[in-house]
Amino acid sequence: MSPLDRIANMSTLKQHDIVKLYKVEYKATVSLSDQLCFLIRPRIQTVKWICDVVNADKAVGRFRRYKIIFTPQRFFACEAVLEEEGVFGDVTTDEWAFYLLPLDDDILSMELPEFFHDNFLAGDQRWLRTVGGALHLLHSVYGPFSKLYGIGSCSQMTYEWWREQVEQGEQGARPAEIGSVFLIDRDVDFVTPLCSQVVYEGLLDDIFRIKCGCVEFGPDVTSSDRSVKVMLNSQDKVFNEIRNEHFSNVFGFLSQKARNLQTAYDKRQGMDIKQMKTFVSEELKGLKQEHRLLSLHIGASESIMKKKTKQDFQELLQREHCLLEGFEIRESISFIEEHINRQISMMESLRMLCLLSITENGLLPKDYRSLKTQYLQSYGFDHLLTFSNLRQLGLLVEQQGAETLTVMESKVGKLVNDKTAGKITDAFSSLARRSHFRALSRKLNLVPKSDEEYDLRVPKDMAYIFSGAYVPLSCRLIEQVLERDGWAGLEDVTRLLNGHEFAVTGGSRAEPNSDAQRLVLVLFLGGCTFSEISALRFLGRAKGYKFIVVTTAVTNSSRLLEALLGNHA
Amino acid sequence: MAFVTASWNPLGEAFYRKVELYEMCWSIRDGLRDSLVAAAPYGGPIALLREPLRRSPSSRPQLEIYSASGAAIASFPWKSGPVVQLGWSISDELLCVQEDGSVLIYDLFGSFKRHFSMGQEVVQSQVLEAKVFHSPYGTGIAIVTGSSRFTLATNIEDLKLRRLPEVPGLQGRPASWVVLTQDRQTKVLLSIGPELYILDNTSCTAVCPPGLSPHAGSIVHMSVSFSYKYLSLFTDSGHLWAGLSNLQDKLLEFDTKTTERPKQMLWCRRPKSQQPSVVLMWDRLLLVVGECNDTIQFPVEDPSVLVGEMDGVRIINSTNQELLQEVPLVCQDIFKIASMAPGALLLEAHREYEKSSQKADEYLREIKEQNVLEEAVRQCVEAAAHEYDPATQKSLMRAASFGKCFLTDFCSDPFVSTCRELRVLNAVRESGVGMPLTHTQFKQMTLQVLIDRLLFRQFYPLAIEICRYLKIPDYQGVSRVLKHWASCKVQQKDLSDEAIARAVCVKVGESPGVSYSHIAAKAYECGRTELAIKLLDFEPRSGEQVPLLLKMKRSHLALSKAVESGDTDLVYMVVTHLKNEMNRGDFFMTLRNQPVALSLYRQFCKLQEQETLKDLYNQDDNHQELANYYVTASYREKKLESSLSLLQNAVDEYNKAKNDFAAKATEEEMRLLRFQRKLDDEKGAGLLGLSLQVTMETLLSLGLHKQAEQLYRDFKVPDKRYWWLKLKSLAEKEEWEELEKFSKSKKSPIGYLAFVEVCMKYNNRNEAKKYICKVTPEQKVKAHLAVGDLESAADAAIEHKSESEIAAVLSRCSASDRLLVDRLNRASGAKK
Repeated sequence: MSPLDRIANMSTLKQHDIVKLYKVEYKATVSLSDQLCFLIRPRIQTVKWICDVVNADKAVGRFRRYKIIFTPQRFFACEAVLEEEGVFGDVTTDEWAFYLLPLDDDILSMELPEFFHDNFLAGDQRWLRTVGGALHLLHSVYGPFSKLYGIGSCSQMTYEWWREQVEQGEQGARPAEIGSVFLIDRDVDFVTPLCSQVVYEGLLDDIFRIKCGCVEFGPDVTSSDRSVKVMLNSQDKVFNEIRNEHFSNVFGFLSQKARNLQTAYDKRQGMDIKQMKTFVSEELKGLKQEHRLLSLHIGASESIMKKKTKQDFQELLQREHCLLEGFEIRESISFIEEHINRQISMMESLRMLCLLSITENGLLPKDYRSLKTQYLQSYGFDHLLTFSNLRQLGLLVEQQGAETLTVMESKVGKLVNDKTAGKITDAFSSLARRSHFRALSRKLNLVPKSDEEYDLRVPKDMAYIFSGAYVPLSCRLIEQVLERDGWAGLEDVTRLLNGHEFAVTGGSRAEPNSDAQRLVLVLFLGGCTFSEISALRFLGRAKGYKFIVVTTAVTNSSRLLEALLGNHA
Repeated sequence: MAFVTASWNPLGEAFYRKVELYEMCWSIRDGLRDSLVAAAPYGGPIALLREPLRRSPSSRPQLEIYSASGAAIASFPWKSGPVVQLGWSISDELLCVQEDGSVLIYDLFGSFKRHFSMGQEVVQSQVLEAKVFHSPYGTGIAIVTGSSRFTLATNIEDLKLRRLPEVPGLQGRPASWVVLTQDRQTKVLLSIGPELYILDNTSCTAVCPPGLSPHAGSIVHMSVSFSYKYLSLFTDSGHLWAGLSNLQDKLLEFDTKTTERPKQMLWCRRPKSQQPSVVLMWDRLLLVVGECNDTIQFPVEDPSVLVGEMDGVRIINSTNQELLQEVPLVCQDIFKIASMAPGALLLEAHREYEKSSQKADEYLREIKEQNVLEEAVRQCVEAAAHEYDPATQKSLMRAASFGKCFLTDFCSDPFVSTCRELRVLNAVRESGVGMPLTHTQFKQMTLQVLIDRLLFRQFYPLAIEICRYLKIPDYQGVSRVLKHWASCKVQQKDLSDEAIARAVCVKVGESPGVSYSHIAAKAYECGRTELAIKLLDFEPRSGEQVPLLLKMKRSHLALSKAVESGDTDLVYMVVTHLKNEMNRGDFFMTLRNQPVALSLYRQFCKLQEQETLKDLYNQDDNHQELANYYVTASYREKKLESSLSLLQNAVDEYNKAKNDFAAKATEEEMRLLRFQRKLDDEKGAGLLGLSLQVTMETLLSLGLHKQAEQLYRDFKVPDKRYWWLKLKSLAEKEEWEELEKFSKSKKSPIGYLAFVEVCMKYNNRNEAKKYICKVTPEQKVKAHLAVGDLESAADAAIEHKSESEIAAVLSRCSASDRLLVDRLNRASGAKK
């Protein structure tokens, strides 16, 4: 499902005289219409394809009218391409300021998956303005924020963009409906999205890939010969109860639910006509709907079970936990080697490699080289570029001797002050980009003590989303900052995270304990996972907050890594 | 008060009055004789050029600009060619139409702004006569040339010259002509003898004014009203004809008994006129001819100039200025002698009240009995607006204020706004300002325009006062004034950059809507680049600074400001600009210091200009990225040779980048590619581009074991991975014998459980069992379980005394295996 489907489906579009929808891609258009309207993200590549279409028409002397609608905004670079390709005069352009797609009651997505790649890898900050615009939109609709917190350089820039827009715009006095806002860069916490998700919604995303809040269940789930598209949100009562549950509990819930459903059906026995009539008119439809959803979710769970309860998966989870705790590193390395040797999965191997590197603050040179060689031989030489990208983001790096690093850092430090050496700073920044996961984990108590049994049915903290093995760093930061009302006392932590933290007071003067003040907007720049959302929902219930998650896109480990693959255009 | 009517003259049912506006401040020696005079409507400025046609270069004529009250604004000797006509544009610019058809435009202060020409052919034929006119499209100019051709420009801001068709039979200039704007078309109406013609874009049509007697003679003078709706004609027999300008109807015909052509003839009307009239002026006489054929005569003592307004005619001479207009109906009602209109009664009541006389009550009662008090108040307010004398205004407003005390639900908005507007009008009518606007004119031209005109005259404090007084939102009011002020301030040549920048900053501060970049742009236009840069520093939005900086060729500064603004679009704009402006080397150097701009440009190049990307990395000595670039490029190449040579480049660059790992990996890839190519050629294996692993896999599945083996050795593939590969491959092809041979070739590096599991995957239990004996003791249980042999698994587990293994076996047991379960449970219990 695409964002457009959520807003206007085909029949609506047809009512407005749209004949057919095509995907803009690298091939000649086959449409016979005299007018073509392109609704696109402002990407240079896409604009180039459109130029090809126009130029092809021109070559055969065909006359059509073309309109490009850039959403959410047009970029000068795109128009420059139109100009360079000589079609600027042939097309008209427009903007559609579409910022936020509500995926659920508490999830707003900007549906900008490219944000992650463009911003963090290519260093292209164009989308920050868009995010600032989205924040401004929320601000103008829901009134002033009482507090803004953030961490990461993108968050900071987004905040500044937003502030500038607020200062320029009109200051309408609106009642404040949102309390605090928390902005967080994805690169503050790469560990969490790289972990296997074991909460139901996250698992569905990992296995079936949820697109725009909609999942397509194949024949193996529906136990029929066709696929079914299911909307996953709080409207689905069955799903709403299990989405945040650890997978081990899901079956229990579902069977309980099935029994309840049966009881409800059984009520029919011994009803008189009148009762039966009310039953049919009032309850039956709901029951049937529930029945349908229940069978789908049971099907999905079975399918997950088949894939995930195998020995392999258990072992994989165990290895992940070891990495998070920092035990048995040698074994983990051998595990990854074996994983590659047995050619189990290209993405999984890469994910484990990254997880190893981040949690261990880089790989030993020997392992670094040998694992990479294994990987290149197995999955192709083009991954040399993938590794280059991963190194740039600090996801897969070589361990530096402590000494060389300090020397290097102090050198870089000097050069940074001495602004002329931007280039060298650039080159060394990836070296300086070290993960301090171990230290962070200690300071923030991310890994609970493993000696006591963790009851996943009655979770006691956010760690339940990773079977009690790890509290997601991103969510822990949010929890701590909200609790402390700022970054005071977290100086050690922010230093390890490369700083860029801020906490500012917004314009609202609402009384501190009103409902609105408990409403917290969390803005993830570069995507967040369903597991993180589940963790925040848990935190909300435990501490009496209501979290609304705004994200550039919903992500998971595969999407994150796919964006960094070397063959990525 | 009784004297209000002293200046009234009856004309038919209505009255006309002459109100003195100013005693002129100017002192002009020869009066207005022999001068070209142009006075703008709406109380606009007056331009005066003495002896415009004097050609002697030794004594140049003087061009003088005055306010409507005669206060000198500018004066300078006219150095250009002979001037045919002067006129004012709607934005208070002086237009000087020269004989050669060029039009010179000056601002109010006499500084030259620009010029344009009315056409090349005019240079030859010369302008005989010109008219400046105003229409909804702006200010226009019409000329008639020596070759008797008319040329029109409807809007001087958007100059489009229209040469009108030839007029048959016209020699030299026509006896009289006017410009008409009708049906969204601008036309010329002209007379040749008694004939009248309309000249439009395409044709020249003879027309006939209805009811003009054929014996009236030649038409020697014409005039259209302010609104272009009415036309009046004067013939050489002294006949005056007036009617609609579309020539559908006649309004009056009158014999003036004078054959002399009047110097000026103008319409005198007002909105809702009762008795419109035509005003004619000769050397000694001013004649007002009403529709009713009544006339009023005024003597003219001094050469005068008439200026048509929408609600009257201004008469300017060397000493004073008067407004001749029909007395508005409401004023007539109130001030007419013995008037019983409600307003008149109210005025009287208030007058008595001031005298503390009980008659006030009587008058008031009378009004109230007729139930017209509200009407009375309205009349007083309205009449006050039309009065020019502040004392009269006051007495009327006081009367109104008095009257409204006796009204319960009276909407005082009109009262308040009229008070305010009158204060503003009185202020601008002051001789020092000199804008004799009537209330009707003010309403027509709007406050915005009034402020604009004050700005043209540089009356900044007054403009600000007015904005504040009328509570205009800052954005449209005070800020606009400040913007104008600052734009003007930066042109002051006698002040230092520093002083001006400071002055601007102090005054403008952070007023909303004033853009420093706009002011800076003005400064730059005046050639003060340094000042512009200083001013730009005050601009809080760095984005706004960029375009101007680019214009000023401060590209580096522009780039850093753009980067600062965080607006990538802006950065990109500057980058594009720089790319075209600088040579490559400098361009790259500049980018080098701006990582944000650099990465943005790189992004663009990746998609649009691959070659540039290479140069970019080259320039930077960024070997790592350059190598990556070559690798990427190699994938785009179809020919193996070219892609190999690109990879060789990559190897060199990786070496330079001291990335020996990547260099080695690339070399291996090259080796692999060559190998694949060889096999493809020999065996048609279709290997090119596959990874090493897939290559070996393909080779094995093709039965090319020897070649696979070779790769395994050449590329130092770890045993484990090779064994896994071969195991799977053989099992997949069900070559069980081969597999057994392979298993015995040496000790398996991946153990034998793998063999068991893979065989089971292809459902060959017998083969699987062959390998169980080789499985290490620790994995025995798993192996037995894999083939489904619970008994043996149980044996092994019990033997190992391993709790977890027993549990694993138990979990696989079903109800039918009761014996086994018991045994296992016992074993587990015994252990405890």
